[in-house]
Amino acid sequence: MSTQEEKQEFNITVYTENQIGLLNRIAIIFTRRKINIDSLNTSPSEVSSVHRFNIVINEYEDVVRKLCRQIEKQVEVLKVYYHTNEDVIWQELALYKLSTDVIAEKISVERLLRENGARAVAIRKDYTVFETTGHREEIDNLINILQPYGLIEFVRSARVAIIKDSEGFNAKLREFERLEPGEDVIENEFLNEGDKVFTM
Amino acid sequence: MEVAQQQEVLKPAEKPAKEVTGSVALLEALIVEGVETIFGYPGGAIMPIYDALYDYSDKLDHILVRHEQGGIHAAQGYARTSGKVGVVFATSGPGATNLVTGLADAQIDSTPVVCITGQVFAHLLGTDAFQETDVINITTPITKWNYQVTDANELPEVIAKAFYIARSGRPGPVLIDITKNAQIQKFQFKGYTPCKHIRSYRPKPIVRPQYIQQAAELINQAKKPFILFGQGVILGSAEKEFQAFVEKSGIPAAWTVLGAGAIPTDHPLNVGMLGMHGNYGPNVLTNECDVLIAIGMRFDDRVTGRLDKYAKQAKVIHLDIDPAEIDKNVKSTVPVWGDCKETLPLLTQAIESKTYPEWLQKFHDHTKQEIDLVIQKELNPTTDEMTMGEVIKQLNEITKGEAVIVTDVGQHQMVACRYAKFNNTRSNVTSGGLGTMGFALPAAMGAKYGAKDRTVVAIIGDGGFQMTLQELGTIMQSNIDIKIVILNNKFLGMVRQWQELFNERRYSFVDMQSPDFVKLAAAYGIAGKSISERTNLPATLQEMLDHQGPYLLEVMVTKENNVFPMVPQGCSVAEIRLK
Repeated sequence: MSTQEEKQEFNITVYTENQIGLLNRIAIIFTRRKINIDSLNTSPSEVSSVHRFNIVINEYEDVVRKLCRQIEKQVEVLKVYYHTNEDVIWQELALYKLSTDVIAEKISVERLLRENGARAVAIRKDYTVFETTGHREEIDNLINILQPYGLIEFVRSARVAIIKDSEGFNAKLREFERLEPGEDVIENEFLNEGDKVFTM
Repeated sequence: MEVAQQQEVLKPAEKPAKEVTGSVALLEALIVEGVETIFGYPGGAIMPIYDALYDYSDKLDHILVRHEQGGIHAAQGYARTSGKVGVVFATSGPGATNLVTGLADAQIDSTPVVCITGQVFAHLLGTDAFQETDVINITTPITKWNYQVTDANELPEVIAKAFYIARSGRPGPVLIDITKNAQIQKFQFKGYTPCKHIRSYRPKPIVRPQYIQQAAELINQAKKPFILFGQGVILGSAEKEFQAFVEKSGIPAAWTVLGAGAIPTDHPLNVGMLGMHGNYGPNVLTNECDVLIAIGMRFDDRVTGRLDKYAKQAKVIHLDIDPAEIDKNVKSTVPVWGDCKETLPLLTQAIESKTYPEWLQKFHDHTKQEIDLVIQKELNPTTDEMTMGEVIKQLNEITKGEAVIVTDVGQHQMVACRYAKFNNTRSNVTSGGLGTMGFALPAAMGAKYGAKDRTVVAIIGDGGFQMTLQELGTIMQSNIDIKIVILNNKFLGMVRQWQELFNERRYSFVDMQSPDFVKLAAAYGIAGKSISERTNLPATLQEMLDHQGPYLLEVMVTKENNVFPMVPQGCSVAEIRLK
């Protein structure tokens, strides 16, 4: 891992229980120190009761190490790792919506999309949606290319990252779940059932 | 990914279920957890719990406080003297928000507290209902854990987790918010089983023998080693293990404010207090020692002064139960992760028995300078007016160091911590990390419930007293036998001291007028006296301590006295000033 003393992007991977309020508990560890979260993805891991956060921040390694220990201290956090961009394979996904007429009329647009690895995911009479995955700069680049052709809407996902040196992660995670299965998240059942509350 | 080497958890034998309300299940849980005293204040959203409590008054003692902040500080005081979890009840909305200061205080001082707050009906959440506030999100940064219960079926397990999390590992406050429907909901209660394990939570790190070995080698080679100890020793109930380590190692040991009393004040290797207003030797010699052994302390900025000039020459061994504390402020040479109750005996075993007479003498030499320039005139003043220090000294002579001393925040706090004598652990109750004025009076009430056989003396300034003086009502109603000493200098003394030293005596809003405290106490039926003559001090202190029941003593002290030594902000510990 890099030890150089300058700010760089770090990918923080957090395995947690699926618990209401945990996102806030983790987010405030950053906001309390006035650190901006550049990208945040949270979703179930391969074990459904265990969630995986991918957080990207631009900071000094020393700061990142301390943040990770503060995150790991939270009761419902299982494990935290941090990695530089060199230590992970990462991707972001983007969707671009364009007028179908423009694409049909301008051959160059179709070529540009193909050159940039974009793929059509929905073709309608009035619009077409393309998708690409890649690094941020690649996605940004395609926005710039499509802008003159009347880009209607654009959205990009948070970053997801796979750790290069993650030997045995999946097996350990599954074994962890097998030994002690996670609990279901309990939501408020009464929000639209007020009449039932009083009759109990 | 590391995985807890956990055997499959055996499910306890199913007990026959009985139908009870969530409120009853909560109170049954508290009884199994060994709760005796609850500090609380009722209100709309917690009424079902209070209704259930009506039938439990023979098993659970409820102290009606005058403000929820008083309730949580009392629970903190209870936890600090008893070592058990303090319990607070409060209602939703303002009841819950009034807990915030106490939660922040308990979080930063690692005090085990469980707060139960009522909440509006689950179907009203998010509707801006009467007395609805988002207490979970308000308290997330200042609790070790919090949880909202909307269904009574969740309650037993959640309460079990709350107590387990509050008391285990590095302790801290937990808040459980229970919606009103869950309090009244009847459900099949299968009995209460305390929690012993949570799969995602590791209360203490695994002890790594190689670090014990490395630490022992550093200690054995050291010429001028120095121990700093904090509240971790007390929280870990490791006072005996710590004393054994100190005595075998022969290393001088100094304490943080919250570590006071972990070994007796008079112990020959106890060299005094660390930090901004700590003793001269421990501060100066921090920057001379060759090995610094920090035990259960977190290198607070009030202890370290300027970090880039802090013990740079020393190798640092840091023992702590919380991995996030290691290398947080001071980079350690050897991190000894773990519960010091486990790590200290291992370390004691691995080190050689030694003494450092010359090195220890250096501390004594510094003490002598401090006595000449500071302590002598603070404890034996020649001025007409009394000093805070001489009150503490006189108190020591009567209590012989056996009392629990609860302090508020400010000059009197530093003076009390510096000069009070502690023979026993769990005797110094103060707001260290948060510095909460108004802490002492309610905390002293709780401290008394946590140590019913001990004398509890609250030392409070005229400013802090007026922040929570409503608790005199609680003291009256529950006849809580605490002794209140107000050290009145008619100023917000610590702020005034800073304004004198750093703001050219521009005394900006520190001049404080107070009511007649003795009459105020009398209005609550509490005995009291005010003295301003030195000759009256011993007899009045004696009268206060002999008095059956609560007593308020106001001591008029000199107005513009400063607490020295002092490490000015932004200076290194070695630049500590004696005047």
